[in-house]
Amino acid sequence: KRRRTSEPSEIEERLESLICRVGEKSNSSLESNLEGLAGVLEADLPNYKSKILRILCTVARLLPEKLTVYTTLVGLLNARNYNFGGEFVEAMIRQLKECLKVNMYNEAVHLVRFLSDLVNCHVIAAPSMVAMFENFVSVTQEEDVPQVRCDWYMFAFLSSLPWVGKELYEKKDAEMDRLLSQTESYLKRRQKIHVPMLQVWTADKPHPQEEYLDCLWSQIQKLKKDRWQERHILRPYLAFDSILCEALQHNLPPFTPPPHTEDSVYPMPRVIFRMFDYTDDPEGPVMPGSHSVERFVIEENLHCIIKSHWKERKTCAAQLLSYPGNNKIPLNYHIVEVIFAELFQLPSPPHIEVMYTTLLIELCKLQPGSLPQVLAQATEMLYMRLDTMNTTCVDRFINWFSHHLSNFQFRWSWEDWSDCLTQDLEKPKPKFVREVLEKCMRLSYHQRIIDIVPASFSVLSPANPVCVYKYGDESNRSLPGYTVALCLTIAIKNKASNDEIFSILKDVPNPNQDDDDDEGFTFNPLKIEVFVQTLLHLAAKSFSHSFSALAKFHEVFKTLAESDEGKLHVLRVVYEVWKNHPQMIAVLVDKMIRTQIVDCAAVANWIFSSELAHDFTRFYIWEILHSTIRKMNKHVLKIHKELEETKARLARQHKRRDSDDDDDDDDRSSDREDGPLEEQIERLQEKVESAQSEQKNLFLVIFQRFIMLLTEHLVRCETGGIDVFTPWYKSCIERLQQIFLQHHQIIQQYMVTLENLLFTAELDHHILAVFQQFCALQA
Amino acid sequence: REAAGGRAAMCSGGTLSILRSDSYADLSQYRDQHFRGTRYDQERLLRKSCTLYVGNLSFYTTEEQIHELFGKSGDIKKVIMGLDKVKKTACGFCFVEYYARGDAENAMRYINGTRLDDRIIRTDWDAGFKEGRQYGRGRSGGQVRDEYRQDYDAGRGGYGKTVQCQ
Repeated sequence: KRRRTSEPSEIEERLESLICRVGEKSNSSLESNLEGLAGVLEADLPNYKSKILRILCTVARLLPEKLTVYTTLVGLLNARNYNFGGEFVEAMIRQLKECLKVNMYNEAVHLVRFLSDLVNCHVIAAPSMVAMFENFVSVTQEEDVPQVRCDWYMFAFLSSLPWVGKELYEKKDAEMDRLLSQTESYLKRRQKIHVPMLQVWTADKPHPQEEYLDCLWSQIQKLKKDRWQERHILRPYLAFDSILCEALQHNLPPFTPPPHTEDSVYPMPRVIFRMFDYTDDPEGPVMPGSHSVERFVIEENLHCIIKSHWKERKTCAAQLLSYPGNNKIPLNYHIVEVIFAELFQLPSPPHIEVMYTTLLIELCKLQPGSLPQVLAQATEMLYMRLDTMNTTCVDRFINWFSHHLSNFQFRWSWEDWSDCLTQDLEKPKPKFVREVLEKCMRLSYHQRIIDIVPASFSVLSPANPVCVYKYGDESNRSLPGYTVALCLTIAIKNKASNDEIFSILKDVPNPNQDDDDDEGFTFNPLKIEVFVQTLLHLAAKSFSHSFSALAKFHEVFKTLAESDEGKLHVLRVVYEVWKNHPQMIAVLVDKMIRTQIVDCAAVANWIFSSELAHDFTRFYIWEILHSTIRKMNKHVLKIHKELEETKARLARQHKRRDSDDDDDDDDRSSDREDGPLEEQIERLQEKVESAQSEQKNLFLVIFQRFIMLLTEHLVRCETGGIDVFTPWYKSCIERLQQIFLQHHQIIQQYMVTLENLLFTAELDHHILAVFQQFCALQA
Repeated sequence: REAAGGRAAMCSGGTLSILRSDSYADLSQYRDQHFRGTRYDQERLLRKSCTLYVGNLSFYTTEEQIHELFGKSGDIKKVIMGLDKVKKTACGFCFVEYYARGDAENAMRYINGTRLDDRIIRTDWDAGFKEGRQYGRGRSGGQVRDEYRQDYDAGRGGYGKTVQCQ
């Protein structure tokens, strides 16, 4: 039942499929496939030119890992049809402008690179490409623009040179020398305050964590010194040189970089992650040096492959492993390095963390004889360098390693890490092992962990996650509230209602008060203690049991936790009961926020309270805090979305009313229908404002508490004459950085308040530096 | 400040079929035969569902373990353990409901087909939990697959029920 109208889209699908698949594994050579495809497309040009243009522009933008395949194709088409070549170049320029307008800077770089490689295919004349790059580099002369804007244009220029540097230098060496010298002076004068915040390790050995533009500049300088000889990139167009050099070239139209606007959002600066060098795989092919352009190209292409196929893990793994040059480079090492680069990237990985775990597992399945060993080697290296690894990155390492192990029966040579047993438990290595074992336990069960580690590691093993009920034993009967606890236990087991619970709790004296105040439910810590301890103990069997308990006695909770002190105390008691089971604490806190028993600010205050000081550097605390902040953020977004949707509904209603003929009376269509909607909008507006205010307050509380805590430490160290840089301090200051980095978009809104209220010049320079580094990220 | 709207209206491009491919998050061939409603309704619900069915669990796998593993793709709203209809004990499956569909999709992409309690678990879209669906549908009270299987599986009660009765 094929309709005529469906044919064109079928043809478009076929064309897209043909174009996308060229370069994949095939029985014929790449050259003959390209030649064949060029012939097919040339024949289809009369009828499907615009479709072919669209598809080619899209592959240029979205398949940068196959850049040279497609530039060759365009080159062949241009040789056969000059006009088509011209139209393609125009379409690419249009697409580039649109990308820049909507802040799609990463894709714009691919377009620029594509255009520059078209010089190699005789589609674009070299001088006009140099002219475009001159316009790019002159952006660095603009005044009052963010540095990140200049950075992008510089990056677009430099990162194209591995492909086209040789050709441009041959044709326009004087101009290129000038551009390179302008580049050098820009790079010298640009500020790099942001770099420490983005580095995975604070130490420079064995591999310095270089700022991305610095690294690229070193690579280009080396390339120039090597007379632009670049041997890694696959260049199919070389085989067609005789055809292509006959083609007429096009000049790029003069390209003016679109001006900076308030809405412009440029990519954040990066630090290049390196963990391997040529010494790490002595048996295999030599790994290109850190300042070689080959290294840059390989890493770019591998990152692009992941970006293209992140949703399809098997395809992604297969594509990574079939990257060309397999026998000339230690591909497994490059792949592992690139994956960890993404996993540890600050502020955030490009993709969800769990993707990397599963991708590595797929890679191990495809290369069972080699990849697991590289991964083990990488793990060992990461462990060795834990002392200087950024705390956020350590979190990710913990999550990855524990999850990975759970897929391989937790097999690991723990004894190799016995060195950590002699260290202070707060030091990074033993801390790491403890947290890993805790996470491993969460994915299995306590006894399993005891079984998998050597006996010597028992000091690092997690506690058995049992609940601690203070009224449990007869020996505790002298505790205040003990009898009420017993009473409550029986009542709850007999399916008591909230009211019955309230009346039992009335008998609990308030240690804070002299007079018994039965009327109001003022903050009574003992009431909270008895109720929460008893209930959580009864519901200890599973998460579901605990959630049911929270739901059933929601009213009691709300009343007891009405005040801020009440909320804080509830959290304290939860901790006391479940301190051996951090996972349970986390899910209970989550539930209590969602059911509004406690609010986000209470959780923040609780985390910074002295009762939790002992656990302050434990991973689960920060998981709870960041989860809390995320819930707050999602809440604001949700209400905002509701507001926008309601506004849109009102607008549609107005439109309908205006376009209606006047058969309705005014009073029927206006107030009565608008009224509810307008009221709704007003209410939602208030809700949004109140939510935004709560969100801002949450961040202010958190920053304030950090400042207090850190200042206290710094003052104590100064007066005591001891070194500031303890493991606790490193952890704490990096946790502060983490708040900034992980929620940077929201925090940008508060910059003025933060600068004027909290991060003022009087602050200790250690703390102020964090704020300054953060400001530098989008400066 | 996000240019999300601009991206959607993006130029000559759009995207490519090969990049749209999302086979792990697609609907499988399986359709719950007990579903009340039309095939169309069922598929509509599956396509917007935030709930996953999780199978091939060990009988000993706990809600806590499931929460930890599936929490890696996003915030979990609820975990409902599958129970033997007669014994009311875990019988090797569960439902995981997320707040956001995107989080469930990531679970399909990255948790499906990996191990929990050393077993490769399988996830699939579910049209939504309804009371009664937490029970196994096999004659003996567990899951159907445990009625007839011939192999010995220590994590799932040993031999299949029919084999046990022989």
